[in-house]
Amino acid sequence: MDLSYSAEDNAFREEVRAFIKEAFTPDIRRECERSKNGYISKDLHITWQKRLYEKGWAAPNWPVEHGGAGFTPTQKFIYTHEMEAAGAPHTIPFGMTMVAPVIMKFGTEEQKAQYLPDILASNVWWCQGYSEPGSGSDLASLQMKAEDKGDHFLCNGSKIWTSMAQHADMIFCLVRTSNEGKRQQGISFLLIDMNTPGVSVAPLITLDGPAKDQQEINQVFFEDVKVPKENLVGNLNEGWTCAKYLLEFERGNPYSGGLHRTLDKLRELAGDIEADGASLLENADFSAKLADLERQVMVMEATELRIFSDVSAGDNIGPGSSSMLKTRGTELQKDVSELAMEAIGQYGLPFVEDTLASTNESDIGMAGVAPITPRYFNVRKTSIYAGSNEIQRNIIAKAVLGL
Amino acid sequence: MDVEFTSEDQAFRAEARKFIEDNYPKHLIGADRGDLSKEDFLAWHKILAEKGWVAPSWPEEFGGTGWTVTQKYIWNEESAAFGTIPPLPFGIAMLGPVIYTFGNQAQKDWVLPGIKSGETWWCQGYSEPGAGSDLAGLKTRAVRDGDDYIVNGHKIWTTLAQHADWMFCLVRTGAEGKPQAGISFLLIDMKTPGITVRPIITIDGGHEVNEVFLEDVRVPAEHLVGEENKGWTIAKFLLGNERSGIAGVARSKKAIDRLREIARGELEDGAPLLESSDFARRISELEIDLTALEYTELRTLASESKGQGPGPESSILKIKGTEIQQRITELTMEAVGNYASPWVPQLDRGDNYRAIGPDHAEGVSQTYFNTRKTSIYGGSNEIQRNIIAKMVLGL
Amino acid sequence: MDFSFTEEQTLLRNMVQSFVQDNYDFDSRMKIVRSEEGMSREIWGQFAELGLLAAPFSEEMGGLDGGPIDIMVIMEELGRGLVVEPYLPTVVLCGGILSRHASAAQQEANLPGILGGEHIWALAYSEPQSRFNAGDVLTSAKADGEGFVLNGTKAVVAAAPWADKFIVSARISGEQRDRNGIGLFIVDKSASGVSTQDYPTVDGNRASEVTFENVAVSGDALIGDATTGLSILEEALDHGIGAICAESLGHMKSLNDATVEYCKTRKQFGVPIGSFQVLQHRMVDMFMEYEQSVSMTYMVNMKLSEGEEERRKAASGAKVQIGKSGRFVGQEAVQLHGGMGMTEELSVGHYFKRLTVIDTQFGNVDHHLKRFASA
Ligand SMILES: Cc1cc2nc3c(=O)[nH]c(=O)nc-3n(C[C@H](O)[C@H](O)[C@H](O)COP(=O)(O)OP(=O)(O)OC[C@H]3O[C@@H](n4cnc5c(N)ncnc54)[C@H](O)[C@@H]3O)c2cc1C
Ligand SMILES: Cc1cc2nc3c(=O)[nH]c(=O)nc-3n(C[C@H](O)[C@H](O)[C@H](O)COP(=O)(O)OP(=O)(O)OC[C@H]3O[C@@H](n4cnc5c(N)ncnc54)[C@H](O)[C@@H]3O)c2cc1C
Ligand SMILES: Cc1cc2nc3c(=O)[nH]c(=O)nc-3n(C[C@H](O)[C@H](O)[C@H](O)COP(=O)(O)OP(=O)(O)OC[C@H]3O[C@@H](n4cnc5c(N)ncnc54)[C@H](O)[C@@H]3O)c2cc1C
Repeated sequence: MDLSYSAEDNAFREEVRAFIKEAFTPDIRRECERSKNGYISKDLHITWQKRLYEKGWAAPNWPVEHGGAGFTPTQKFIYTHEMEAAGAPHTIPFGMTMVAPVIMKFGTEEQKAQYLPDILASNVWWCQGYSEPGSGSDLASLQMKAEDKGDHFLCNGSKIWTSMAQHADMIFCLVRTSNEGKRQQGISFLLIDMNTPGVSVAPLITLDGPAKDQQEINQVFFEDVKVPKENLVGNLNEGWTCAKYLLEFERGNPYSGGLHRTLDKLRELAGDIEADGASLLENADFSAKLADLERQVMVMEATELRIFSDVSAGDNIGPGSSSMLKTRGTELQKDVSELAMEAIGQYGLPFVEDTLASTNESDIGMAGVAPITPRYFNVRKTSIYAGSNEIQRNIIAKAVLGL
Repeated sequence: MDVEFTSEDQAFRAEARKFIEDNYPKHLIGADRGDLSKEDFLAWHKILAEKGWVAPSWPEEFGGTGWTVTQKYIWNEESAAFGTIPPLPFGIAMLGPVIYTFGNQAQKDWVLPGIKSGETWWCQGYSEPGAGSDLAGLKTRAVRDGDDYIVNGHKIWTTLAQHADWMFCLVRTGAEGKPQAGISFLLIDMKTPGITVRPIITIDGGHEVNEVFLEDVRVPAEHLVGEENKGWTIAKFLLGNERSGIAGVARSKKAIDRLREIARGELEDGAPLLESSDFARRISELEIDLTALEYTELRTLASESKGQGPGPESSILKIKGTEIQQRITELTMEAVGNYASPWVPQLDRGDNYRAIGPDHAEGVSQTYFNTRKTSIYGGSNEIQRNIIAKMVLGL
Repeated sequence: MDFSFTEEQTLLRNMVQSFVQDNYDFDSRMKIVRSEEGMSREIWGQFAELGLLAAPFSEEMGGLDGGPIDIMVIMEELGRGLVVEPYLPTVVLCGGILSRHASAAQQEANLPGILGGEHIWALAYSEPQSRFNAGDVLTSAKADGEGFVLNGTKAVVAAAPWADKFIVSARISGEQRDRNGIGLFIVDKSASGVSTQDYPTVDGNRASEVTFENVAVSGDALIGDATTGLSILEEALDHGIGAICAESLGHMKSLNDATVEYCKTRKQFGVPIGSFQVLQHRMVDMFMEYEQSVSMTYMVNMKLSEGEEERRKAASGAKVQIGKSGRFVGQEAVQLHGGMGMTEELSVGHYFKRLTVIDTQFGNVDHHLKRFASA
């Protein structure tokens, strides 16, 4: 047992920091700091991901043969942690961390050659078409139909909550190809070009009040959409296997770096807020709440270190651990956003239209407050998506406790 | 809407307070329920019986006080504020209403006076090892044999059965249909041959609950209350009564006062603990929650005085009331710091026993551990939530 | 970065685990707790034979060269058995102070007795008014020629009824709550002027109120110097925190296992109560509290030998965690056991009680949250 990093690890950390210093340019930083929902403009996302690509770091999770970064587990932790701590953009996950591993595992050689390089280089924007109006936690009940028409599938139905679909070139979908047998057995995994005739996207407006075209989620409609046969990944009616494989990858992320940063910002902000003639930081109750959150983030970090120091690249951390990280991490995100909103008091009330809160004019009262309340509302999502926290508890109950 | 008390109510409050102050046995002031003898338990009961105030909730014809709902509320408040030992619930609150509602004349004539005077100590024989939350799963059998029932079975968690003269008991008399359909309500003399009472010691070190074994116990059939196989209706009726008053608001208020007193006497870095912002904040949070509960109770009271019975909303009173009680005992234990640790059960105290630490630390951790029971018994808080889900939310 | 145990540590764990299983099942434990003395000298002797009492000390001192991680492993397993024998006060607290700060002569005079199992030690630092502030010291040590004279009362001194020797904090100079001017003294319990009032504690241990009335000690009873006793003491208490964090893991694990097992077998409404989702999610929360506590326990024990600031922050952070988690796990375990959880007969209540005491021991959640914030 030993908490110290090796000299190589420390050197790597310095390299990551140096990279961030150079690549995380003020234009990107500004939008990251002020975005209501964690997304920035499409072009900046792409700029950032291309910078990572050039450095060879676009895909920390991929095997080296496909262009993965080849990090050790500790390096991967350091990398993610530093990125989070700097507040750098998240890599848009739908291509890089969701569909790509599925293609690597279940795709044909042609599919690998066709899709993986463009994902790695961020040439193509993907979105995830799983959820439907009638199928959320109970994903296996999905209804979107794909009929076999000889040389193509004819798709009809609708996907909902589709993040960033308005920017997407491609969508990967779970579709129903059979109604026989168990519900899980009639599902297939299909890649669909968003420009195909019959595909349309309608925005959904979330609580944080996004500006036009800056919405986070959408409903995607499919009306007699023809999808070439070669876009099927894996075997027909075996899409559920792909889906489950992917779900594991959605959760095993570290949260503590980002939480640390948000709390540091909050501490700074609270130092500037006056309460009863002193700084809010000197208020015993507030500082106790802040300290307790800082402590809980420390716990989170210790847990992450413990879990991630133990897995190597390409491996899953196991259902119990990933469910626990997801549950605790998102709960903390919500708590932190709540304390931030509490801290700014009445300046939480003004509503800012701009999703990126990109100008200082949007700060009424004091600098930096505009995105705080919208974030509080937006972050409610984290315990709902990627397997709601109730579902995560069900998973732990079953997989770990054997209940 | 009006939360003011009328001048009659005020006058009643003064009378009630004076009566308690003048008549409450001096040696029981501040006594801990944990170490009371049978006589102690009954002392105040008997004084109240003499005054005619022992069963305020009963109809007047059976010896109730005829008080208004508000007066009853005031009486409870004053009793709690003084810290009286309330009359035991098993007779007054549980069995009495069952008898005057379901009993025959003979049963009314012999059971009710004994409850009021304190002559007869009753205990509640519901739970069994295999039947707790699922009470209808009970297995203790009563088989008719001439003019008697012969009872065999095993009751558990029977509170203060060691002092009891009689037990009211749920027994299985029929095996047909739903489990609820074959249950009867029987009164059993604890001195009948075949009954053994075995103590269960709880985590607070006290002897409060027991196991009661029944082996070929002969019970005259005249002690059946209501009809055979219709005991479940009675049981449910009783459970409803058990729940009203369970919020314990007045007693929690008193306990918070005491907590504050303790926190004033405890020092942290030389200053009273009560001045610590953390601690003061936690007391305030408790008080606010208690106020919310108080007004919830007043609301149900208001609808009761309009003639509507306590609905499933009373599950809220049970849940919130017991959670608050548990938090108070927890905070009180925290307040005394290191002196929460000493643990010298009553039974082990020799003649030259000296109290350890400040007097106010005495027994606080025992109380904390004992109070864990409140979310388990009287319909566990999980069951209460299920009830709200079903009856209130329609889930 | 490495969270794995060495082979020796794994062997150590297996050894303690099987010792506890074979010799310290719940019935044996309750017999010991209810005995006149309240501990087993025989078990203590076996600890010595197994090398547990020597584990954390360096080889020069006759020890096995272990460290906080070895203590952690031992304490976790002792926790599973709810062991009452005074490993914490003797080896971790007093042994730790002696090994880190005592003079060679003091070590030579005192350590063999600890390692060999001949002497039990208790750390007498808290006072009736001090609550959780170890620097709030009224017990006085007045210089008297070469030596000192001690006067004062120490509160709730764990293991004092069994102890042969104490390490006592006493004020040599300064005001009641000054950080400077506190000395740590080695005092024989048999010294004249030392008296104790012994009693059991909530968790089945024993403690005493210890009074010093004109107790004369020689100059070499003082550990370290006459001013910095408090920082030595605080360091020892942080080591104590590392150890009881580990102990509490044993308790929480036992409670979680017992609760899951009970809910799988206990039937109501014709089904195991573990099939109710409300209860499942409660057990999941218990599990997560436990896992978070494991993380913090590993972390604090790895940070004990770092700089004072790091150490304080880690110790207080971990103590808050196990305080909260222990309370949650204990309360829920009782609740999910229903009436059975309330009984003295089941081990559940006893784990719960030890966890409750652990929250207070060395300072409760509020205290350590403040210390964490100021570190
Ligand atoms: C901001 C956002 C972005 C999203 N992005 C995408 C995307 O890009 N692509 C995509 O496919 N989907 C996306 N989703 C959808 C997301 O995965 C679903 O919202 C999620 O699976 C929950 O489904 P639901 O909303 O239908 O809620 P429901 O499944 O109807 O759940 C409602 C409530 O019931 C609870 N519940 C359900 N089943 C159980 C059970 N068995 N036990 C206990 N509790 C249960 C849930 O936890 C929840 O609290 C996104 C969602 C949000 C909020
Ligand atoms: C101090 C004390 C005094 C008592 N006095 C008496 C007395 O005088 N007379 C008497 O007859 N009884 C008495 N009881 C018994 C008490 O009523 C029972 O303990 C209670 O009904 C719970 O039953 P159980 O203990 O068998 O727990 P179980 O029913 O086995 O419950 C175990 C756990 O499962 C939960 N659970 C059970 N069913 C469900 C469900 N459907 N959904 C969700 N959760 C569920 C419970 O809430 C609990 O947490 C007393 C109990 C105590 C602790
Ligand atoms: C001394 C004592 C005091 C008690 N006090 C009260 C009280 O004040 N109020 C009270 O309501 N209960 C109390 N109980 C518990 C009481 O036994 C149960 O509420 C009673 O069994 C409910 O009656 P029922 O069997 O008709 O179940 P129902 O009324 O149908 O259901 C009662 C509860 O059990 C759950 N349940 C029922 N069947 C199932 C099933 N098959 N699977 C899962 N869950 C199920 C329901 O969701 C509900 O929570 C007490 C028990 C004892 C022993």
